[in-house]
Amino acid sequence: MTESESPDLPARPDEAQVPRIGVDEWVATHAGRTQLGRLQQRLSGVPSLGFYFLFGAIAAFVPVMTGNAYVVRVGFDTLLYMLLALGLNITVGYAGLLDLGYIAFYGFGAYTYAMLASPQFGIHWSTLAVIPVAVVATAILGFLVALPSRRLVGDYLAIVTLFFGQLFVTVYQNGESMSFLGFTRQVNATGGPNGIPNIDPFHAFGAKVTTVRGYFYVALIVFMLALFAVYLVDRSRTGRAWKSLREDPLAAELMGMPVNRLKLVAFSFGAAIAGLAGTMFAALNTAVFAADFDVPTLIIVYAMLILGGAGSLGGVIVGALIVNVSLEVLRTPDHATYVFYLLLLATLVAKLRPWRVLAVVLGGTIGFGYVVHAIVSSAAPTWVHGSASVGGWFGSWLEGWALHNDTPGTVGKFLFVLLVLAILGVMTLEGWWQKLAMIPTLYLAAVVWENVLVVEPSVTRLILVGVILIVLMNARPQGLLGTARVEIV
Amino acid sequence: MNWNLFLTELVAGITHGSVYALIALGYSMVYGILKLLNFAHGDVYMVGSFVGFGIISLFGGSENLSVNSWVLLLVMLLCAMLAGGLLGVMIERFAYRRLRTAPRIAPLITALGVAFFLENSAQLLLGAQYQSYNSYGWHGGSLWAEGFTLPSGVHVGMPQIIAVVGAVVLMLGLTGFVQRTQLGKAMRATSFDREAAAMMGIDVDKVIVATFFIGSALAGAAGVFNGLVYQQVWPYMGFQAGLYAFIAAVVGGIGNLPGAVIGGLVIGLAQSFSIGYISSTFSDAIVFAILIAVMILRPSGVLGRAAVQKV
Repeated sequence: MTESESPDLPARPDEAQVPRIGVDEWVATHAGRTQLGRLQQRLSGVPSLGFYFLFGAIAAFVPVMTGNAYVVRVGFDTLLYMLLALGLNITVGYAGLLDLGYIAFYGFGAYTYAMLASPQFGIHWSTLAVIPVAVVATAILGFLVALPSRRLVGDYLAIVTLFFGQLFVTVYQNGESMSFLGFTRQVNATGGPNGIPNIDPFHAFGAKVTTVRGYFYVALIVFMLALFAVYLVDRSRTGRAWKSLREDPLAAELMGMPVNRLKLVAFSFGAAIAGLAGTMFAALNTAVFAADFDVPTLIIVYAMLILGGAGSLGGVIVGALIVNVSLEVLRTPDHATYVFYLLLLATLVAKLRPWRVLAVVLGGTIGFGYVVHAIVSSAAPTWVHGSASVGGWFGSWLEGWALHNDTPGTVGKFLFVLLVLAILGVMTLEGWWQKLAMIPTLYLAAVVWENVLVVEPSVTRLILVGVILIVLMNARPQGLLGTARVEIV
Repeated sequence: MNWNLFLTELVAGITHGSVYALIALGYSMVYGILKLLNFAHGDVYMVGSFVGFGIISLFGGSENLSVNSWVLLLVMLLCAMLAGGLLGVMIERFAYRRLRTAPRIAPLITALGVAFFLENSAQLLLGAQYQSYNSYGWHGGSLWAEGFTLPSGVHVGMPQIIAVVGAVVLMLGLTGFVQRTQLGKAMRATSFDREAAAMMGIDVDKVIVATFFIGSALAGAAGVFNGLVYQQVWPYMGFQAGLYAFIAAVVGGIGNLPGAVIGGLVIGLAQSFSIGYISSTFSDAIVFAILIAVMILRPSGVLGRAAVQKV
């Protein structure tokens, strides 16, 4: 039907929210939407395996280039997170099953390794024996969790698995003396809140892995093997079947896909990879605590997967790298401050067009800052006598521009709330009013950063993870490297 | 039979159950209309609880209150409900509204993000330590001295009565609102079929905002009741409570308001009886077992009707 045949057709009430998909003009513009740049065209010719090998080669040089054990340690953690995101990518990215108990499998793998290779029970198996046992045990656990859940649709699955994750933490945290029906068995299975200490390092054939650098290479090799395995599965019959399950479970079932079996396999496969990551975590840290496997870790892994793009292997690498490195950077106030201002500037440069607007907003913010600083220095001198979070010329400039108070107290907290409200306010405004409102908001952001956020890095990083998830889902739900999908209802 | 233990656990279960039921109502309403698992709902409850705590501090702290306990309670409830409701509306407006047509996973992850943001912001603003309503100290504990004593010597304090009665009153009010008013009718219609409701001229946006406001206000009230009876408030209290409340909503049949109340009571009683009779460590496991059993035996919940999936 064309427009001319039905001139009186009223618009839908929720017209603006419904994507115009499938209509002729949308299809006609398809080629325009997927137009690639020249560089992108060149790069799209390279098979993705090439990129993965390149990544592996570059990563292998990291410990060679730096002797700094801390950097290598961060690299190891990043590889571990990549492995975790890789496993989650199978369950969530390929099969589309929202598994919120995923981190429990990680914990289960770690605890299994800890129990079989530590003085806890006096068992010291060889690593080559423990790892397969731990991985298979975790896969079986994943199978068992999926068994009652396989009939559940989307959200119900999420809640069952989330509760399973909570259950895991509770049980392992109280595992030093379980009480049941009045019997209190004093079997110390998990060490309770004290965890299991003194875990053996990886050892096989008389050789031991003791250095962080050694673990880095173990993790790199394991990750590359796992990546290759997942890459093959991705292209196999099973991989294609998972994706059809993700796109439309009902249609997949009608096409004769063994939907239940596919779900169980996806769950077990993802769980096995998490268990493998767990064994490495336990071996390097030489101790495991149930609290490490709680919701915050889960959300960080989800943030990685989502940022990179669920269902994309390259996305797993990129997402884990970005999230973990930025979380590490946030630990040191010095680096964090530079990153914060650079990020702010980069966002403004990317989002504000034309450049006149950018100049007005930036200039306005700087001018606004000096004015406020001058007023406050006469009205409330304590707010200009603090010190900036960084040294050098940038720090001294900040001290002369932004407000600093070494003990911001309650006022600082009100400023934080005010900042959140101001950002929400800017989002509702449009046009020039929005640009004008950005000026005080940006200044406020700088003040809140200097006085409140940078002081509490451990909380700030988690707040930022939450914000990343919200913003990313609203702006680009498919992540950096994912492909946009249309859900047909 | 040890009546004392039985009645203690019964009272605790009903009190806990009414708090869960209040939270579950909001979960259920939002899920009914948007099909969205609002993980941030438990954190709205946490904020409500902290608002109540702030009001106590405002009136001189729990040990030397400057007003009558009842006046204080009324102010606390009103403020917590208003704050909870506004917070819920803001969450909807800024985090969920643009995602109504996105793939299902997007709003879910956003909800996790909002929950994470609220919890950690609360920790930044209020500190990680536990705070206490200390309702035993209000005017020398006069509130707890009132109430009645059950046959075997189990004392039911006024705070517990207030929590249960308050929850019942709010639930009745909600039922009346949904059944009798025009907006309530619009809510039911939207929950039944959002597109059809929009075609019938119902302002779906308005309905969704109202749903978030009412559901979140109930969660705020639940926060105050919980603090009144169980004293403690802390930034991470919302996640676990939200989880239990969601299970209550599922057990009762999601989107079904009387079902949410029954589910809340079932979960509250199951939790307190398993703590009393079986093991405090395993109470979570027992709730989990109930959830799995309901999911397998009656996926649509105790009171829910089986949904027909349209293609």
